[in-house]
Amino acid sequence: MRYIDEFREPELIARTSEEIRRLVDPARHYRVMEVCGGHTHAIYRFGLKDLLPENIELVHGPGCPVCVLPMGRIDDGLSMAADPNVIFTAFGDMMRVPGTHGSPLEHQARGADVRIVYSPADALKLARANPGRHVMFFAIGFETTAPSTALTLMRARAEGIRNFSIFCNHVTIIPAIRAILDSPDMRIDAFIGPGHVSTVIGCRPYEWIARHEGKPIVVSGFEPLDVLQSVVMLLRQLRAGEAKVENQYRRVVPWEGNRAALKAMADVFTLRSYFEWRGMGFISQSALALNDTYADWDAEKRFAIPGLRVTDPKAAQCGEVLKGVLKPVQCKLFGNECTPELPVGALMVSSEGACAAYYQYEHRKSALVSLPA
Amino acid sequence: MCLAIPGQIISLVDEAPHSALIDVMGVRRKVDVSLVEPDGIAPGDWVLIHVGFAMSKIQEQDAVEQLRMLQALGEATAAMEEVRGYSADEEGSSP
Repeated sequence: MRYIDEFREPELIARTSEEIRRLVDPARHYRVMEVCGGHTHAIYRFGLKDLLPENIELVHGPGCPVCVLPMGRIDDGLSMAADPNVIFTAFGDMMRVPGTHGSPLEHQARGADVRIVYSPADALKLARANPGRHVMFFAIGFETTAPSTALTLMRARAEGIRNFSIFCNHVTIIPAIRAILDSPDMRIDAFIGPGHVSTVIGCRPYEWIARHEGKPIVVSGFEPLDVLQSVVMLLRQLRAGEAKVENQYRRVVPWEGNRAALKAMADVFTLRSYFEWRGMGFISQSALALNDTYADWDAEKRFAIPGLRVTDPKAAQCGEVLKGVLKPVQCKLFGNECTPELPVGALMVSSEGACAAYYQYEHRKSALVSLPA
Repeated sequence: MCLAIPGQIISLVDEAPHSALIDVMGVRRKVDVSLVEPDGIAPGDWVLIHVGFAMSKIQEQDAVEQLRMLQALGEATAAMEEVRGYSADEEGSSP
């Protein structure tokens, strides 16, 4: 309870935490997966584990787009940066993710024209400003960012900007959840559903989890109280033997999602028949590619991309952590060979990655505790 | 990239379609509002922004809470860096 004073509504937090204790069956062990990396970050930051009974285990899910991208795709993207006519653009989160021959930043240091953009619209702007060069945007993200890429492509097409392309690595959340449920080494009792992805897709796509898999799912906000309330809602369902989709984050997430965003995605993207995820292998229909209308803006069609499959460094256990089979600290490289300063795996790079979040809060906490008084 | 950044609409930009001038803690940038236009938007409204695009309309109180949340997560600096990074929308200006 050491963090409780810094919460905004400490009394409500304490009451909710008490209610959780009343609802749990002490004879049972609960495994609750938070799908979204934003939740992972918040859970560590606020020490929410300390507010839950021992027998509720929070399992970190695959909802960090930087983390789930396999190294082969990073190498594929970087292969285009070798062309001196290409300006390679990506979000800042991507810049330190290791490829086989270094991260985008390291390629920049070796002379490649690698630039950070904060919006795909800014990559397009760069293309307008540099008509003699080709601007490639390395697009990543779940349904939260895919609509922005779609709108940017629609604009490029409307304006006839030809020196611009997208290397599309957008992934979709539902097939990833399905893959986790299908995995024989994973037993999950309930899900804390992603918040921002759901502003786009709404709550309806999760209904199959409840209906066919019999697992409760609550779409949740990111405040400590949001997460705790979501746990209460999940426990109530489990106790009543129910499995349904509930929306704790109603103040932001409409049940039907954002229709304009869904339409933009439908107009621009097509579902890939399969896509490789780091540590999870190939998952069918789990990622987006540009449809034929946008073929001229598709980096995979405009460039000879090697299509690499690269296995992670043997000692790194990113895949197991990503699936929730291992905790970050159980990886052999955690905290010694792999740190946020010198990451070996992508989970140590993004603040939404389980390893980086764990390192920043839990690891430091235990390091402090072990110091002599 | 995964940050949801709350901002307030200052004005709708006439010369650029689907664009609004948005204030995030004193920094003003043009942001694409296509995806919230169907909900009806006006100066004074609050939105959550992802990678330069407004994704949802929110209440002022939720915007304040979201800012506080970003601060608590140590992400406020990154959020402001992102907002400042949205290029100022002049043709030819580099980000």
